Amino acid sequence: MDTGGQIPEVPGRPDERDRPRVGVDEWVASHDERLADRAGFGKLARWIDARVPPWARLLIFTAFAATLPLWMSRGDLFVYGIFTLIYILLGLGLNVIVGYAGLLDLGYVALFGFGAYFYALLDSPKYGLHWPSAVSIPVVVVSTALLGLILGVPSRRLLGDYLAIVTLFFGQAFVVFVNAANPRNLTGGPNGLADIDPNDLFGYELVTRKQQYWFILGVTVAVLVALYFLSESRTGRAWRALREDPLAAEAMSIPVNRLKLMAFAFGAAIAGLAGCLFAAVLTAVTSGNFALPILITIYAVVILGGIGSLTGVVIGAIVINVSFQFLAPENSQVNARILFYAAVILLLALGVKPLWRFALVLGGAVVFGFAAHAIASASSATWTNGAVVEGGRLAHLISDWVIIPTGHERFANAAYIALVVLVVVVTRIRGWLQTALLIPTVYLTAVVWETSFVEEPAVARWILFGALLVFLMTVRPQGLLGTPRVEIV
Amino acid sequence: MSETEAPRRPLLELKQVTKTFGGLTVADHLDLEVNEGEIVSLIGPNGAGKTTAFNLITGLYRPDSGEILFEGRDLVGLPPHKITQLGIARTFQTLRLFLNMTVKENVMAAAYGHTKSTPFESIFRLPRARREEREIAALAEEKLAFFGQRLAGYRHEQQAYNLSYANRRRLEIARAMATTPKLLLLDEPAAGMNPNETLELTELIGRLRTEGGYTVLVIEHDMHVVEGISDRVIALDHGVKIAEGSYDQVATNVLVIEAYLGLEGAASA
Repeated sequence: MDTGGQIPEVPGRPDERDRPRVGVDEWVASHDERLADRAGFGKLARWIDARVPPWARLLIFTAFAATLPLWMSRGDLFVYGIFTLIYILLGLGLNVIVGYAGLLDLGYVALFGFGAYFYALLDSPKYGLHWPSAVSIPVVVVSTALLGLILGVPSRRLLGDYLAIVTLFFGQAFVVFVNAANPRNLTGGPNGLADIDPNDLFGYELVTRKQQYWFILGVTVAVLVALYFLSESRTGRAWRALREDPLAAEAMSIPVNRLKLMAFAFGAAIAGLAGCLFAAVLTAVTSGNFALPILITIYAVVILGGIGSLTGVVIGAIVINVSFQFLAPENSQVNARILFYAAVILLLALGVKPLWRFALVLGGAVVFGFAAHAIASASSATWTNGAVVEGGRLAHLISDWVIIPTGHERFANAAYIALVVLVVVVTRIRGWLQTALLIPTVYLTAVVWETSFVEEPAVARWILFGALLVFLMTVRPQGLLGTPRVEIV
Repeated sequence: MSETEAPRRPLLELKQVTKTFGGLTVADHLDLEVNEGEIVSLIGPNGAGKTTAFNLITGLYRPDSGEILFEGRDLVGLPPHKITQLGIARTFQTLRLFLNMTVKENVMAAAYGHTKSTPFESIFRLPRARREEREIAALAEEKLAFFGQRLAGYRHEQQAYNLSYANRRRLEIARAMATTPKLLLLDEPAAGMNPNETLELTELIGRLRTEGGYTVLVIEHDMHVVEGISDRVIALDHGVKIAEGSYDQVATNVLVIEAYLGLEGAASA
């Protein structure tokens, strides 16, 4: 067939003309970025990485953080402001050990505890020592760094899981030492140490929450700047090199063992510093403050933010602490409820496609609920007479939608089991039947929530928090601002 | 090349080096010499102990007996990073790059051994740290520029795992160069390269001596490369040196042919 000579090249769409042709070197080079773009958040993360220089990020963070005391109440400033900053500090320290040097240290929280306890001993009525912070903080920081060195010694020979076990033992040993061993009542046993002095700036005591907040903010910013310069130095590069391949690093003139110890010491120093500030704002320390849940939370901060990224640690700390405090049992259960329903709807929106199917499931669940409620209340009043926890407009709606029998313990258990069965079935089937079954599943989720979890805020908090973490990590395994790590075998 | 002139002092000397793993002898009274400015090839069938020799020289293995001298200094017992700092750098046959670091960072990291600023100097950006940072960056760019367009431009900021196989081999060499060595140990630099790239590499190894001023000890299976670059060829088999000399001498040596092809093959060859 004659095509009439040369076939003219089809011009690309306007937005594609400047892009590299498929297959050329530049195209191959940008392949990862294109893949990352599909995950939505990746685009934002890369935009931040490329367009917002580190100093600008620091400026934005500092400017925002500095305004907190102006509009937050004292209590909020404490649980949201100060705690977030402490988490940032802890995350930064752990990031040096785990993120830069790649050493899985599960005893990290003991270093934090050691710093806090040591500060408490130096600045409390316990021994009548009231050292000025300008002396006690450096002393604590240096001692914690030395302790970190000792903790790091096994890393000369142990790596990965093995190091994790040894350091985990160290962490647990610290709790036992403080709590049970308590030699000569040094640590106050289960009662801990109380009446700890606040930090002072050369004699000027920081007693109000605002002063404390600004002081910790200043320290955090200083640590951020220091770590940034450190990570861009020969030491930072050597740490990352040993994380990537210790043997190759050693062969490339890097003294691997010394650098491992250095990473432990630096991470520990920051943990000790955080301990000083933590003890001073809390005015009391007990061993429970330094147990496993805190360790998990700090790891969550680092992993969620993106291992090895300073910006990631800051964002991770904000996300973790704010969501965790938001769900605190003291807070209104309305918080948890809103978050729960938002999460369910979000999950459906992401998982049920196309849109009409999602709308069908959601609308179906609403209708199904009112219908079920009407049938239940018609059959017997006791079926729907149970009280909804807490008032508010949402609770009003819920009481007409969700079946809550009076004295509903057995009903709640049955509903829970039914929900598990339904979820298993729904994930196994496809097509119309799945859509149809999703409707009662969604409704039953709400029933289980309202009858079981809302009444136990402490449990609900951990479950929601865990679900949030699982969700975020599944969507973005490399963390919010991390880059995916690649292994070539 | 003027390698046949007056005898030069050996830069690297292995004297009667023996290493066994259990009952397996991987280096058997091995004598090996590399003179300054030479390009020496190490050949031998798989399992002959070539990479083992590299591992012994760079301190990853400690010999059971024997001496390893570099510029007259005994290396036995020194940790690998010390040996690298003395001036021996290697590449890895299996490619051990710092995959999740950029190309430039890979090279910069290798400058650790000859820089001195402490973490505190880096944190406070003191003059020495700033000066060294500039020097390291310049060094990295210089070493990468050695490979022409291959590792230039946007590739500097690419993660190492993004590179093609041949480019990863090149980056391994660039990284080794950044430790400012006198002696380069290249472990199968042409493995996995296509004929064009192999040709380019042959040229490059020559330039490593003429432009870079390095002495090179190279393990290579590709006989065209060996022929093209070697002043001297050393053949190993089962940890024993079986032949040494010019390419032609070694390539026609009966023991070498026997090692590669077996007794029957040697008879018919």
